[in-house]
Amino acid sequence: MEYGKIVSISGPLIIAENLPDSKMYEVVRVGKEKLFGEIIEMHGKQVFIQCYEETLGLKPGEPVQLEGFPLSVQLGPGLISSIYDGIQRPLELIFDQFGSFIARGIDVPPLSSKKTWKFIPLKQKGDEVSAGDKMGYVQETPSLKHYIMVPPGIQGTIVEIKEVEATIQDTVVILRTKDEEKMEINMVQTWPVRRKRPVKHKIVPNKPFVTGQRVVDTFFPVAEGGTACVPGPFGSGKTVIQHQLAKWADADIIVYVGCGERGNEMTDVLMEFPHLKDPKTGRFLMERTVLIANTSNMPVAAREASVFSGITIAEYFRDMGYKVALMADSTSRWAEAMREISGRLEEMPGEEGYPAYLSSRIASFYERAGKVQTLADEPGSLSVIGAVSPPGGDLSEPVVQSTLRVVKVFWSLEATLAYARHFPAIHWLNSYSLYQKLADQNFEKEVDARWSKDREMAMSILQKEAELQEIVRLVGTDALSEKEKLVLLTAKSIKEDFLHQNAFDDVDTYTSPQKQFLMLHNIIYLHQLAEQYIEKGLNTHEVENFAIREKIGRVKYIPESEMERCNLADPIKESFEKWETQHKESSQ
Amino acid sequence: MIKEYKTLCDIAGPIIVADGIEECSFGELVEIILPDGSVRKGEVLEAKSNRALVQIYEGTEDLNMGNTRIRFTGKPVEIKLSPDIIGRIFSGFGEPIDQGGPIIAETTKSILGDPINPYARDYPSEFIQTGISAIDGLNTLVRGQKLPIFSGAGLPHNDLALQIARQAKVLGKQDRFAVVFGAIGVTFEESNQFIESLRDSGALERSVLFINLASDPVIERISVPRFVMTTAEYLAFELDIHVLVILTDITNYCEALREVAAARKEIPGRRGYPGYMYTNLASIYERCGRIKGKKGSITTMPILTMPDDDKTHPIPDLSGYITEGQIFVSRSLHAKSIYPPIDVLPSLSRLKDKGIGKDKTREDHANVMNQLFAAYARGREVQELAVILGESALTPTDKHYMKFADAFEKHYVNQGFFEDRSIQETMDIGWEMLSILPASELTRVKDEFIQQYYQSKGNEK
Ligand SMILES: Nc1ncnc2c1ncn2[C@@H]1O[C@H](COP(=O)(O)OP(=O)(O)OP(=O)(O)O)[C@@H](O)[C@H]1O
Ligand SMILES: [Mg+2]
Repeated sequence: MEYGKIVSISGPLIIAENLPDSKMYEVVRVGKEKLFGEIIEMHGKQVFIQCYEETLGLKPGEPVQLEGFPLSVQLGPGLISSIYDGIQRPLELIFDQFGSFIARGIDVPPLSSKKTWKFIPLKQKGDEVSAGDKMGYVQETPSLKHYIMVPPGIQGTIVEIKEVEATIQDTVVILRTKDEEKMEINMVQTWPVRRKRPVKHKIVPNKPFVTGQRVVDTFFPVAEGGTACVPGPFGSGKTVIQHQLAKWADADIIVYVGCGERGNEMTDVLMEFPHLKDPKTGRFLMERTVLIANTSNMPVAAREASVFSGITIAEYFRDMGYKVALMADSTSRWAEAMREISGRLEEMPGEEGYPAYLSSRIASFYERAGKVQTLADEPGSLSVIGAVSPPGGDLSEPVVQSTLRVVKVFWSLEATLAYARHFPAIHWLNSYSLYQKLADQNFEKEVDARWSKDREMAMSILQKEAELQEIVRLVGTDALSEKEKLVLLTAKSIKEDFLHQNAFDDVDTYTSPQKQFLMLHNIIYLHQLAEQYIEKGLNTHEVENFAIREKIGRVKYIPESEMERCNLADPIKESFEKWETQHKESSQ
Repeated sequence: MIKEYKTLCDIAGPIIVADGIEECSFGELVEIILPDGSVRKGEVLEAKSNRALVQIYEGTEDLNMGNTRIRFTGKPVEIKLSPDIIGRIFSGFGEPIDQGGPIIAETTKSILGDPINPYARDYPSEFIQTGISAIDGLNTLVRGQKLPIFSGAGLPHNDLALQIARQAKVLGKQDRFAVVFGAIGVTFEESNQFIESLRDSGALERSVLFINLASDPVIERISVPRFVMTTAEYLAFELDIHVLVILTDITNYCEALREVAAARKEIPGRRGYPGYMYTNLASIYERCGRIKGKKGSITTMPILTMPDDDKTHPIPDLSGYITEGQIFVSRSLHAKSIYPPIDVLPSLSRLKDKGIGKDKTREDHANVMNQLFAAYARGREVQELAVILGESALTPTDKHYMKFADAFEKHYVNQGFFEDRSIQETMDIGWEMLSILPASELTRVKDEFIQQYYQSKGNEK
């Protein structure tokens, strides 16, 4: 065993000497307490280490030990429903063994090596298999098969495979490789977090990633395997949106990374998810979720690692052919962690003190998302949604700008909407999605042929409203024509009755695409009829008082199971006909 | 073993460097002994093989390279704790400054503390009634929350904090309760106002105070919140007490951080504040909360004065990113003689949703809250419009909103410094306000509540 020696400690940065065999990004154990660290730079004899634990009390002269491998995660049955810190230490087990506070030098393996799982083979003796092939599975939760795949880089013929009750360390398959060597395979893989896992090839996203959030699915959709970012000032709703997606999005696996944010937000997930049910499978949400929690008060170097740990776990499930989604809240804290380490290394700073490689790191992180053909030649996808927390809400800052260069969807959260409690505070005029076409084609086929027409109309009403509001601000509403007043009225209805969605209401929290269509169509249909009737003498004030408008506003509270009640086309039409009859009577 | 050196080789701002050090550790407490025998305290910021970079809490005035001695104590900055600290007053560096004599420690703890395991947290959900409508009704505080007051110079944020400290209660409970107060670089008068008011309400015997006044050493301010939070953790999680922490003024704390960063020639972040200020503030604020299986809790109200009333300034901005909401004190409402001058629109309590509703406050709370917010936001727009175009240009609906917004400020937000409203009263005033609007405007309220609570005055439709 080789030992080096600490020569300097400054916060999370440690300099050590006497480690001639060290490699870049190798894991080390620092000091007598064996704190976790990673080599991030080497200069001559000096090795620079970022320490994943608090360094208080460390002394120059204490030993440093090389571990011989890069920072890695363990992948295998037992991941689901777990909560890990940024370097995959299991927080639940740490709590059980060490109590409420995270002390230093704790070393608990991420996956239980005692628990047994029933391995069910999918292949037979004599089958040729290669990297990524599913040899069998473990029913990890009632709704999730955890496939046991041939680890990357391995190929051979199965010589032994059978149904067994096994721990992750036990051999479940024996292969004979090309070189006639016997190879025993167990149920756990180790993979370095900073390297992406191999796939056969990437494919272009071709399906919308349904989230049940109206402003997202209808106006700014994400694709399966797509990327999105949610920038916004504090309190504008980034975390709530991320939680909403983690709850309701149509995915097989959710990896939620709480990166440098609040402890209570993780508790919230831990308390809620075990009770909420996936609308599609009817199983508890926790049974499809993996949590990474490196909160703001936990060490910054581990925060830097947390997004990589998360995305590696997500890739692993994608490799099984699953639809996976990763939420990272907040990527700004990750960038700040990079900045802090870079500052201690006295690197030449780029914009606002961030390291010059900020952009390329962000890009390579989002590049790990995508729809792919797995090594086993199946489709799999990994969608990534990152929150960004720009200082002062200023979108020109480096993290937002670097992120916008790579992601395809931008949900712009605005403080003014949040102040008026218009949630989600995603601004309809500033946001965009480059997956709109793809989503339209899908929804037109699967929901209603009028899907995109209605949406385009709604969007043009909202744009028109913004222009009209300028006029109103200068001269008041009197200067507007009846049709223009109608635009204001409909825009208000689109905002309040459709875009506004309360995450905390049992029904409103999730809306299927079918219901989204009906809700918007009610509003658009009323608008179209009103336009026609204005020609016949109807004025906007009368429309405003139509009783049906209140009903349209309450459709959001109608449960999915009573979908037929959401279609108000007939009563809307009747309202106008009733007006016409009354109008004729009174003018006679 | 404690070692002493006379090898000072560098002094700059609050930082000194000592050479030829045989052994020192990162974060270690250091004592500096001046020729006249007086002692100052410091902390190792960088530990090298034979060199230490030390931050001096009391500043480096009068230090001399030749005959200043440095003693390495071998332990981090610590605080002595025992149940007897309750009712006592300490300096910003944890030394008793009242007449009570020294503390006999039952336990000693490093003031840095360890992070709470996120898995160990229990979600705060117990409603705290502060008796202030703008908070209880719209920005509800719960036990274990960190909710700062964002204010500006010359605004009554201290009154507000004191009113909360005096009136805060959890309905139907008689738990042990304590206040831990940290004065960070405030004036003698401000600090005195807190002490006197705690004394008047009888809370002083249940308080622990750490006082660093404007005239006290600047760098000591960095340690105040850590002494405060370590004490709070001890009271809450070892003695089962419900603790309310008040820290004032965080702005002074951040300025002290900036001073150290500048002396170390670090690359400054926004407006000269260090790039790690987010993490640094989080290491204070996140020590607040509830823990599974523990009876006590820590609720924190940091007060900060926004330089130039600018909420995008890094101090409020980074605080807002860490805390669970914020209470905005507004200069324009203060000018209208409204007390407390809380601007509810930018204010927010993120934990309110689990603290309100049936069995906690009232079943209509969430709906009423959302509606009041939406209506007041609209009302404020109309108020602005009316200023430009005159009231005659407003539509009939707009006029309702205008009336609503005025009444809301005068009757809902405005209340007396000694007025302690029950949540029922707050809810009822809320409905009185909503009843100014036509029922059809109340789109965020369920029908059943409208039928039950709306006070029709013949102004529907
Ligand atoms: N869809 C929604 N429905 C109802 N309330 C919401 C919704 N979105 C946000 N909110 C409200 O806004 C508050 C702030 O949201 P959130 O915590 O997501 O902000 P954030 O952008 O993550 O802030 P920070 O950057 O400080 O973490 C929530 O506590 C909640 O009260
Ligand atoms: Mg957030």
